[in-house]
Amino acid sequence: MTALTVAGLTLREAARRRVVRALLVLTVVLLALSAWGFSRLVGLDTELGTMTSGEARLVASLLLNLIMFGMSLIAAIGTAFLAGPTLAGEVESGQALAILARPVRRSAVLLGKWLGLVAFGCGYVVLAGLAQILVVRATVGYWPPAPAAGLALLAAETVVLLTLALLLSSVVSTMASGIVAVGLFGSTWVAGVVGGIGGALGNQGVERVGTVSRILLPTDGLWRGAMNAFQDPIALVQMGPGEGGFPFLSEAPLTPAYLAWAAVWVAMIWGLTALSFARRDV
Amino acid sequence: MTSAAAGRAADELAGLPPSPAVWCSGLRKRYGRRTAVDDVSFTVTRGEVLGLLGPNGAGKTSVIKMLLGLVRPDAGEVLLLGRRSSDPRSRSAVGYLPELFRYQPWLTAAEVLDSHVRLARVPVGASERRECLALVGLADRAGDRVGGFSKGMQQRLGLAVALVARPELVVLDEPTSALDPLGRVDVRDLVLSLKSRGVAVLLNSHLIGEVERVCDRVVILDQGRVAASGTLAELLGQREVRLRLDAADGRAEDRLRAAGSLTRSGDWFTVALPADDDGVTVPDLVRDLVDLGVRVHAVQPVRISLEERLLSILRHEESER
Repeated sequence: MTALTVAGLTLREAARRRVVRALLVLTVVLLALSAWGFSRLVGLDTELGTMTSGEARLVASLLLNLIMFGMSLIAAIGTAFLAGPTLAGEVESGQALAILARPVRRSAVLLGKWLGLVAFGCGYVVLAGLAQILVVRATVGYWPPAPAAGLALLAAETVVLLTLALLLSSVVSTMASGIVAVGLFGSTWVAGVVGGIGGALGNQGVERVGTVSRILLPTDGLWRGAMNAFQDPIALVQMGPGEGGFPFLSEAPLTPAYLAWAAVWVAMIWGLTALSFARRDV
Repeated sequence: MTSAAAGRAADELAGLPPSPAVWCSGLRKRYGRRTAVDDVSFTVTRGEVLGLLGPNGAGKTSVIKMLLGLVRPDAGEVLLLGRRSSDPRSRSAVGYLPELFRYQPWLTAAEVLDSHVRLARVPVGASERRECLALVGLADRAGDRVGGFSKGMQQRLGLAVALVARPELVVLDEPTSALDPLGRVDVRDLVLSLKSRGVAVLLNSHLIGEVERVCDRVVILDQGRVAASGTLAELLGQREVRLRLDAADGRAEDRLRAAGSLTRSGDWFTVALPADDDGVTVPDLVRDLVDLGVRVHAVQPVRISLEERLLSILRHEESER
């Protein structure tokens, strides 16, 4: 009951804050630009001659991943900067005082915040992602092999990141938590790319960098799963098995074990946040 | 236990006086190396207005936050309305206006009240909520966003939040810090009306006059400890008498000192009377002074204000350290 009330408040906060309007404008601009870009793809004159519709689909599949990465970046930054103020900001400003003096458990308040952010973050990613897929279909005629799974994995990536941002915001200040969360997200992605290059070069030590970072913070792993669901399987065949660590292609779908680990990771971080929030003097 | 025995036990429990609104014992809190609260114990009975007084940094807000479970005490126990404060239900009939009052700027005043009613899980109807906003003078701002409110209006909203869920205990931490003189009078009337309805109030305020007017009892904190506590009559029981004397010599001063501790400023002599004065000290003193050849121009009884009492307690504490 408390959790639902707080979740409702969090969603209303998200809907009424400027960051959300900025997010929407950014998304619409991105969608419009991509629609224009994709529509120019077919029949494009390149040095190799006019691009056939098959080639265009292949390029579209790669570009779709690139744009989806942009989306997930927007979602990551948006939710991280929403999650920060929601806990640290309310404690700092004193908004939390009146709420926590009600007959509520702190874990229920935290659950409510988390649920509200999850609903907002996932709602955004799924809607914006779906719109992008439809844009690609309308312009180039490409339809990804597993769009639902891809969008679900993108949503899961958002959940991972906002859970991390919540934990950070329960221990450090508002701005710091957002910056650190986005920074970690970015560095895990870079570590993933480095690992991919290591794999392509056959260097196990470098390859391990990606594997370890994917376990420490599952955002990059989930992102690779999402890419795999969006990309044209032909792309991999054409690029060959050692695709040179190209960052917008993923070799294999996610294993159930990795998905389970991501779930455990979220539960663990959530538990830590609840523990730190329950002990915190406000 | 048989049902008859259980029934008897329930009857006995019902016969007991209700548990105090606040009971705390041995509260202690350290922030790093600084002790903010040290062995604080007091009780607020039902329907009583208790004033918490003390200088800045005396630990008043820390004590209040520990009572409400917002700050974890290092030691000590708290019961709110008969329940341990570790149980969230202990706060179901508690209203709180924090010293740092901030409410979600993206909500309207009415929405803030709605959310608090839902969190308190008390069925308060829409008309009652409107009345509550009207009570603090925000009836015509119910639909406006809190973000556009002045500090004074936010504090008024905070009062409405504290009062909306039919509390049995109201904790007001500096409730008039942002209010104009009219607002202060409103708060005083509000506290008195709560008292008349049997709602207990714990009031932390710098404005001693405010406390003196509405409080039944006072707890004075200094450096995290209880420096003094009692009813206003107990704390202010000490009286003084001021005399304007002419031709007072050493013998006259000795006689004055025998009546109580003496301070002199020019012709004026002030004698602090003992608490157990039976009413004859002053007439006897005047008679003896006249016998000693002193001319007595004026004899004025002086009632010590709470402010003077507070200052003397705090100065006394300081000189002891």
